[in-house]
Amino acid sequence: MSIEIKDVSKNFSTTQALSRVNLTFDNNKIYGLLGRNGAGKTTLLNIITNRIFADEGEVIVDGIPSKENDQALQKIYMMSEKNYYPTNMKIKEIFAWTKNFYQDFDMDYAKKLADLFDLNINKNVKSLSTGYTSIFKVIIALSVNTPYVLLDEPVLGLDANHRDIFYKLLIEKYSNFPCTIVISTHLIEEVSTVIEDVIIIRKGTIIKNQSREELLSQGYTISGKASSVDSFIVDKNVIGTETIGGLKSAFILGSINKETIPTDLEVTKLDLQKLFVQLTNA
Amino acid sequence: MQMNFNEERPIYIQISEGIEDAILSGAFQEESQIPSITELSVNYRINPATALKGINILVDEGNIYKKRGVGMFVAEGAVERLTFKRREKFYGNYIRNLVDEAKRLEITKDEIKTMIERGFEDEHRD
Repeated sequence: MSIEIKDVSKNFSTTQALSRVNLTFDNNKIYGLLGRNGAGKTTLLNIITNRIFADEGEVIVDGIPSKENDQALQKIYMMSEKNYYPTNMKIKEIFAWTKNFYQDFDMDYAKKLADLFDLNINKNVKSLSTGYTSIFKVIIALSVNTPYVLLDEPVLGLDANHRDIFYKLLIEKYSNFPCTIVISTHLIEEVSTVIEDVIIIRKGTIIKNQSREELLSQGYTISGKASSVDSFIVDKNVIGTETIGGLKSAFILGSINKETIPTDLEVTKLDLQKLFVQLTNA
Repeated sequence: MQMNFNEERPIYIQISEGIEDAILSGAFQEESQIPSITELSVNYRINPATALKGINILVDEGNIYKKRGVGMFVAEGAVERLTFKRREKFYGNYIRNLVDEAKRLEITKDEIKTMIERGFEDEHRD
């Protein structure tokens, strides 16, 4: 049980959006698909769900090529950043409509979540604010019960309380009914504890694909007086630095030997956000 | 159980130490039930696999046991075992850092001794 992306490339006129992407989304894991704006995250998700087609390569869902195959597509729900729902429909009508295509959609649960988020399901989609448009789509994604759920920027416009509720619901849902969840986002700090595996995409190419813990254990941050940091990092694999006044932090890939670190320098772990910024700069 | 996931140690280690702290402080008594993996993950907003990895450290050391279909419980003797384990680590975790920092600040051995005395006397500190 998996979604396999094999050698997928996609061009939009002169820009290469995806370049020979190979990826596997395994059963019952939460993935973070991280990339800057325009890196190719949405293009990749759109190809998986057949909204657009790859120029080369293919997507295999549970062993079946997904291209124009409803059986494969019914296993995947994608919450898009864009709104593809008819805006003159009421939310409860869209719930019913979703139930027609995704038979395991849990109407009672969706209504319960709407209550929890204070969303009136008799409203039209077009009357919703940005935040509530996200909430309405999030509710469908949490209630749809497909083996694969793809979330493209799920917390767009949500306030801090609603984001907290969303992440907690997502974890609860995943614990009770395990499925494969792919969260595509550029808000890394928030998802970093939620995801198990990290995929970093940069200019259409996958540059990292491994467990969060493994990735973060591959390096460390060293900070202190700029001159001490500079002499410490000469022979190290430095992926980036930050300087504030006379203080400097350096992000280093490689294993750490605590004994060799001068006492005036402080070691902390890499955080995903910083690592991401360094890896996807320029 | 308070968690700060911005520190150096991996989250699963912090989860396991947080539960150890709760056992040592008596918040989780021996033979009492502890929160489930789902409760821990939802509460701290962490991946259930991470919570499980943290709990498994306690299970492997015999301080937590699982009852199928019921939940997870603090094992008998956990407080004693954890106390012993923490004592073993006390020098590395606290004394070495204390001495390093004291050296940076040029605090003498005698001054530290005085401060330790004060720490023991001052029962009402926060």
